Amino acid sequence: MLNYIIRRLLMFIPLLLILSIVSFVIIQLPPGDMLTTYIMRLKMSGVQISEEEISRLTSLYGLDKPLYIQYLKWIGNLLRGNLGYSFLWGRTVNEILAARLPLTIFISILTTIFVWAIALPIGIYSALHQYSVFDYIFTSIGFVGLSVPGFLLALILMWFFYNQFGINITGLFSSQFVNASWSLAKVLDMLKHIWLPLIIIGMSGTAGLIRTMRANLLDEIRKQYVITARAKGLTEKIVIFKYPVRIAINPLISTIGWMLAGIFSGEALVSIVLNIQTVGPVLLQATLGQDMYLAGSITMILSTLTIIGTLISDILLAWLDPRIRYGEVGK
Amino acid sequence: MKDLLSSRNNEYAIDETDRGKEKFYLASQWQLIWWKFKKHKLAVFGGIILLILYFSAIFCEFLSPYTINTRFENYMNLPPTKIHFIDENGRLQRPFIYKINQTLDINTFRYIIKEDKTKKIYVHFFTRGERYKLLGIIQTDLHLFGTEGSPVFLFGTDTLGRDLFTRCIYGARISLSIGLVGVFLSFVIGLILGGVSGYYGGNIDNLIQRSIDFLISIPNIPLWMALSAALPRNWPVIKTYFTITIILSLVGWCGLARVVRGKLLSLREEEFALAARLAGASEWRIITRHLLPSFTSHLIVSITLSIPSMILGETALSFLGLGMQPPAISWGVLLQDAQKIESISVYPWRLIPAVFVIVTVFAFNFLGDGLRDAADPYAR
Repeated sequence: MLNYIIRRLLMFIPLLLILSIVSFVIIQLPPGDMLTTYIMRLKMSGVQISEEEISRLTSLYGLDKPLYIQYLKWIGNLLRGNLGYSFLWGRTVNEILAARLPLTIFISILTTIFVWAIALPIGIYSALHQYSVFDYIFTSIGFVGLSVPGFLLALILMWFFYNQFGINITGLFSSQFVNASWSLAKVLDMLKHIWLPLIIIGMSGTAGLIRTMRANLLDEIRKQYVITARAKGLTEKIVIFKYPVRIAINPLISTIGWMLAGIFSGEALVSIVLNIQTVGPVLLQATLGQDMYLAGSITMILSTLTIIGTLISDILLAWLDPRIRYGEVGK
Repeated sequence: MKDLLSSRNNEYAIDETDRGKEKFYLASQWQLIWWKFKKHKLAVFGGIILLILYFSAIFCEFLSPYTINTRFENYMNLPPTKIHFIDENGRLQRPFIYKINQTLDINTFRYIIKEDKTKKIYVHFFTRGERYKLLGIIQTDLHLFGTEGSPVFLFGTDTLGRDLFTRCIYGARISLSIGLVGVFLSFVIGLILGGVSGYYGGNIDNLIQRSIDFLISIPNIPLWMALSAALPRNWPVIKTYFTITIILSLVGWCGLARVVRGKLLSLREEEFALAARLAGASEWRIITRHLLPSFTSHLIVSITLSIPSMILGETALSFLGLGMQPPAISWGVLLQDAQKIESISVYPWRLIPAVFVIVTVFAFNFLGDGLRDAADPYAR
């Protein structure tokens, strides 16, 4: 097991390296270097920037050096936890993300839990009661969930709630808590608002998971060992939950990584529409204003989080499924 | 299948089922797929919807009463015009509208829209309107419908007084075609890389598979957003269009490459591939003449199912202001007007383009589902 985890951790390093290169390419993509754009913008708005400040920024990012040195500087800063400077906000990327990243992670984890908690029981039920009324209902809802993208649903719900009940569903806090510091009351207020974004973000993931779980379990309960177990007189509960369900879940665990990627994507879009203070809206502003250090850093962070998610799911899978722990290691 | 083989108590039954069987055995694979597909009612329905949508995109100038840039300065932010069929006497009539009068409410500073019940305006079909070039060739001024005296806005108008119905239909051009072009591009990349990966195996396979793993582990919306940030806003429409297609295909090919690889891996071990190899066929010939045709149907399914994500990708990017830029219009661009709650609570008809997107995605998913069931006509 330890061996396996170490191997996975080692594979994590080249992935991060490639990821950093991709992010750096993104940062470099817009024509012209950003410092010049930044200085131009400042001058246009009438703000004077001192020569020292310019030379400080130039040397900090190595903007006068060739590309690979800029990259090395950037990654060096990154490893020291310095994500760069946002020319648009006039603050360091760390400062901007410090408030928003935890919320993003919190919502994403909560969504993942929500998706699993909803999808697994429904998937199991649908498989055990194939072609029953509820199976059809769940399958249809699942189809809707797969087809309607979260951000459009958010738009439509926004209009619907406002029109029907006069409720504004944007934002995560009631107005009196928006600028308040964290307190128990604020957390409770957030929990009151968070469920709708959760459902919207998690919808397509839930639909997909129900589908796969249903299909996997259907494949599994048709196998002969299930018949044998039943013939031996085991109770139905044990027959189903002891083996088929566990085997059907395993392949799903390995897809947590992709699901996380989907959740981060959906979360970014839905947060922009519903005006939730996560990294999504910042990313949008950064990309619209070509504030590339911020945009690149966010892409890098979200991707890293997804890869960490994949890593965790791989380890989880190895822990749950001894075949992977022993058999696949030798391969 | 079942009804062909189940015997009936009719004395002609044997004869009939035999003929059915014969028909079944003689049918080509594509014929079998078609028969099976036809049974999937929802898929056929989805297909028809898509045909209608694509046709209206092609003939959008004819179907829409105005052109995209026609402005009605006196009719800004107008709700959808009500089409009436029954007149004040309760009699059924051909479709007509009432002339619309706007008055400014001094207290709320909002326009109050009232129908002038005395002025009835009939909707004319195949009427003359603004000149345009049909399919870019034929000069004509024929429109499917239109009115004289007071304009008709099926979906209302925007802030500049432009007809939303017209703009929705024109927007279908970019929204619907970007799916096809994007998928074509992903298909080419996916086919080549998936093919190489599946056929040669070994280190190349490993490299390509790891790249795919890597690409799909990056959340694609943030990636697309960051990439399209680099697009200059002042690029010509066509350049932006193709760049966005490329950005979308950058991730889109992964799924197709996986299908191609999986199928190739299993098929190259089949006996017919071995037979071809023994007969001295070249690798290229084996791949293109023997292996590819045997999973074309599966490819079509994956292609159909990956078009929606392309369309949604473009819609999302344009919606955020990162994709197509006005004056180009797609459904996503039209939805830019519907971003804020302040806007959609007052002008809910601005959400109509979203309905188009959702209907399209549904139709593609229905079609893809039916095709998937039909793709392997020998199963079960």
